[in-house]
Amino acid sequence: MTAAHVPTTTEVPAPARRMSSWSRIGIVARSDMRQLLEDKGFWMPMVVLGAIFFVFIPTVLLLTITRIGNVEAVEQVSKTLEVLPEAAQAQIQGSTPEGRTAYALAVYLLAPVAIVVPLTISTAIGASTIVGERERGTGEFLAHSPAHVREIYLGKLIASLVPGYATTLVGFGCYSLVVNLLVGPEAGGWFFPTAQWWVLMLWVVPPFLAVTLSIVLRLSARVKSSAAAQQAAGLVTLPMIGIAYSQSTGALFGARASGLVIGLVAWIAAAVGLSRGVRAVSRSRLLGVDDQI
Amino acid sequence: MSSPSTPAPRPPVIELTGVERSFGQVHALAGLDLSVPENRITVLLGPNGAGKTTAIRMITGALEPHAGTVRTFGLDPSRDGEEVRLRCGVVSAKPALYDRLSALDNLAYAAELYGLGRGPGVQDELRAAAARFGIDHALDQRVGGFSTGMKTRLALARSILHRPDLLLFDEPTSGLDPESSHAVLEMIREMTDDGRTVVMCTHLLLEAEGLADRVVVMEDGRDLVAGTPDELTRRYWPGTVVAVAAEDPASLDLAPNLPGVTRVERTADPRRRHLHLVGEDRVADVVTAMVRAGVRVTRVEPLEASLEDLYFAVRTKKAIADDGGRQLSTDGDRSADDATTDRHRQVATLTGWPDGRGRPRGATAPEEVRS
Repeated sequence: MTAAHVPTTTEVPAPARRMSSWSRIGIVARSDMRQLLEDKGFWMPMVVLGAIFFVFIPTVLLLTITRIGNVEAVEQVSKTLEVLPEAAQAQIQGSTPEGRTAYALAVYLLAPVAIVVPLTISTAIGASTIVGERERGTGEFLAHSPAHVREIYLGKLIASLVPGYATTLVGFGCYSLVVNLLVGPEAGGWFFPTAQWWVLMLWVVPPFLAVTLSIVLRLSARVKSSAAAQQAAGLVTLPMIGIAYSQSTGALFGARASGLVIGLVAWIAAAVGLSRGVRAVSRSRLLGVDDQI
Repeated sequence: MSSPSTPAPRPPVIELTGVERSFGQVHALAGLDLSVPENRITVLLGPNGAGKTTAIRMITGALEPHAGTVRTFGLDPSRDGEEVRLRCGVVSAKPALYDRLSALDNLAYAAELYGLGRGPGVQDELRAAAARFGIDHALDQRVGGFSTGMKTRLALARSILHRPDLLLFDEPTSGLDPESSHAVLEMIREMTDDGRTVVMCTHLLLEAEGLADRVVVMEDGRDLVAGTPDELTRRYWPGTVVAVAAEDPASLDLAPNLPGVTRVERTADPRRRHLHLVGEDRVADVVTAMVRAGVRVTRVEPLEASLEDLYFAVRTKKAIADDGGRQLSTDGDRSADDATTDRHRQVATLTGWPDGRGRPRGATAPEEVRS
């Protein structure tokens, strides 16, 4: 008997070929970020937001205290320093009241800025990322593509995370420059970033972003429109900003190890959130025909 | 056992058996059976909501069936989705392109996703694919500014980048002007010349005409009938229809009494009649008899049933079957077949049946002279 010819996977013609999961994640992420870059209407507000939080507000506040010598402002900020933990108070540098106030402001009180900016930007991107594919009809392309839904999910997560975090890192660089230029002379030289800030930026902020995005992407996969996704994401992000705000402040005020511990907990939460978030994305949701949409 | 001289039939590229899929309360597919042979163009015909798009999504594994089995290249797309999708090229009803990206970036994205990489050789392949569909001049432009025709051409170019064995086109000419539609259909035809298998969904009968090697008529998530256009035409129109014209129209009144003529229809042109014969071999007999009877015949033209006729006949038969054969049988004594015949006549009234490519436009309702 002649065996019937059944094409098998070994006959997959060149040049289409299987590839590693990470390669496809990178491809999805790069394409999404490319689209963001092509949209001036998106990245311009992002730049403005970063500039306001990392450059404009710190510059105005620190100049007010160090150069203009506004006594009333110095007194008010000095009072708030009294509520800081003793360990934090002991680390405040500066030879003059203005210098010490400016130092405390720069190192401790503006820390939450580092959380607010990336969370706001990444949430705005993440909220539309999956529902946006569905609305534009491009979800059909992805659904028929060889990419696994896990690869699509992680690619979109990275594409949402990177712009927010990159803005934060650039803003952090600008912020460091502003702080060192304005406060450095009063504090005995360039001192910023401090060790706690490095821990905050590299260890605490990324997992908080990941946790928030894991929730936002789940919402994006489940809602019917980008507008609904933005609304729902806003509701989720506000408490997340609150939690991140308090934890990041704690990471700076507490002992050096506290930042590491907070970061570790956040990373564990992120891992759980991401593994659960993957399940929210399916081809039927990319196509917009899922029963739960 | 196969004879050594007879090659074993190649298995179908796609085989769907009793496939069901629901979306909430809506049964998109309700027991679909579909078999697609290799290197042929199979056209899925059906009204909106027939389940054509859902069937395409099942084939690539983009959706999983709630019941039944799907085999594409002999594989289960639910389990071996990556392998299946690497060998499929899909163009959906919406071109599914990224408007913010340039045409070249859209192609490059697909090329990377399908594992072609990003090297300079790939760039050449992208440009070659674009050139094939006449879109190479706009590769650097943003897709957002493209016309519908340009987007469709780009989507077609994207679908063949990875040299798929199976091409799935879901209403590829949707929104195109007639010229662009014609060009796209020509391109689709060319693709089977390259040895590919094509499945195309459409509800436009004219575009399927002449393109389909095999037709599957769908409705309510089921396949009503499947086969080559010739097979189906023979099944639904076993007889032969000939348009006959004469100098003196009155001389054609003898036609119902000629041997082999089962029915005669009047047309818009008073000098013409459509004669229904029992078979093609009776054409010569009928013409000879007419000439002997003194009829000065000016035209004899065999008419072929079009895909449109076929489509309506199939759907009509389904409607009657759903109605238990009672829909047109008012006296209660006639059979479903009688009713079917009547409905065919109604279809004929609506469509000018049997119109075919030679249908006289503006044909009047056919008048039965003899049945």
